[in-house]
Amino acid sequence: MAEAVASAAISTPAVSPSAPLPVRAVLPWAVFVGLLMLVALYFVGAEQGATAVFAGEGVHEWVHDGRHLLGFPCH
Amino acid sequence: MYASTVRGLLVRGMLAGLIAGLFAFAVAYVVGEPPVRGSIAVEEAAAAQDAASAPSGHAGHGGDAASGEAAEEEEELVSRPVQSTVGLATGVLVYGVALGGIASLAFSFALGRVGGFSPRATAALTGAGAFGLVYLVPFLKYPATPPAVGNPDTIGQRTTLFFLMILLSVLLGVGAIILGRRLAPRLGNWNATLTAAGGFVVATALAFVFLPDNSDAVQPGFPAALLWEFRIASLAVQLVLWTVFAVVFGVLAQRLLATRTDDAEVTARQQAPALG
Repeated sequence: MAEAVASAAISTPAVSPSAPLPVRAVLPWAVFVGLLMLVALYFVGAEQGATAVFAGEGVHEWVHDGRHLLGFPCH
Repeated sequence: MYASTVRGLLVRGMLAGLIAGLFAFAVAYVVGEPPVRGSIAVEEAAAAQDAASAPSGHAGHGGDAASGEAAEEEEELVSRPVQSTVGLATGVLVYGVALGGIASLAFSFALGRVGGFSPRATAALTGAGAFGLVYLVPFLKYPATPPAVGNPDTIGQRTTLFFLMILLSVLLGVGAIILGRRLAPRLGNWNATLTAAGGFVVATALAFVFLPDNSDAVQPGFPAALLWEFRIASLAVQLVLWTVFAVVFGVLAQRLLATRTDDAEVTARQQAPALG
């Protein structure tokens, strides 16, 4: 409460917790992290199934049960 | 300062995803592993029968080697005990962190743009939306299948269709949300939401009709009760994952954003001289 009073005294407008974040602030994170996360999801969900980055079956076998239970087509 | 808010939300999203992944792993291990074991047993019985009748066999996964007994043990890259514990945990936790991160960024876009919801309520909507669009809708068209059901020859087509269905579902969902927001000033929130939801249902139903069926019918003779048990387990894993994510991320985001006033003030003070 003290902080709220103090900020009112400085007379800067208070920001609602739900005020939209500017798109230009979110977009770089969304693009970069989105791509990174999609790569991680690819390795859990699809690597060494229809397509493979690494030869063999190691990745597929390791995440086998998770892939089935998370709903991905496994083999 | 906005960047630090987005960064804070991302970190909290991945953390909430990790915690949700731990809960989902527990469900997957307790509820999901029994039907997976059951399916592998069915598969091995079928393979053993094939090997007995015609010595051709086929290659598979997990416990799948062509001819029943000794050869199977030798070909196993990762043992069943590892697959069902550490392997399962790896898959579910990476999935949780990755989707938690993506969901936190979707939340960052949605906050304050989908109606007058608090951060906590927006997090709940984000979790519900992600569960529905990323898992439930694609699941209704191409449901999860246990080991032994899929034919390895059609994996390419099935993978393409599954990811296409996810993409379509997410795009239609985002489209419906945008449509709802556009209609809200004219129709009011309630009717706009109903109209957008109706549009989503119709578009999704059309996609279900026009996309090809799953190319692998479940093998005749595969126990229906086992298939049901597996699919309900898969549903439970995802439902728990997204529920825990929504609750945990909601609390963390609410707490982080409550201090936004300070961030905005700092920004305002820093920018004021430059602007002046």
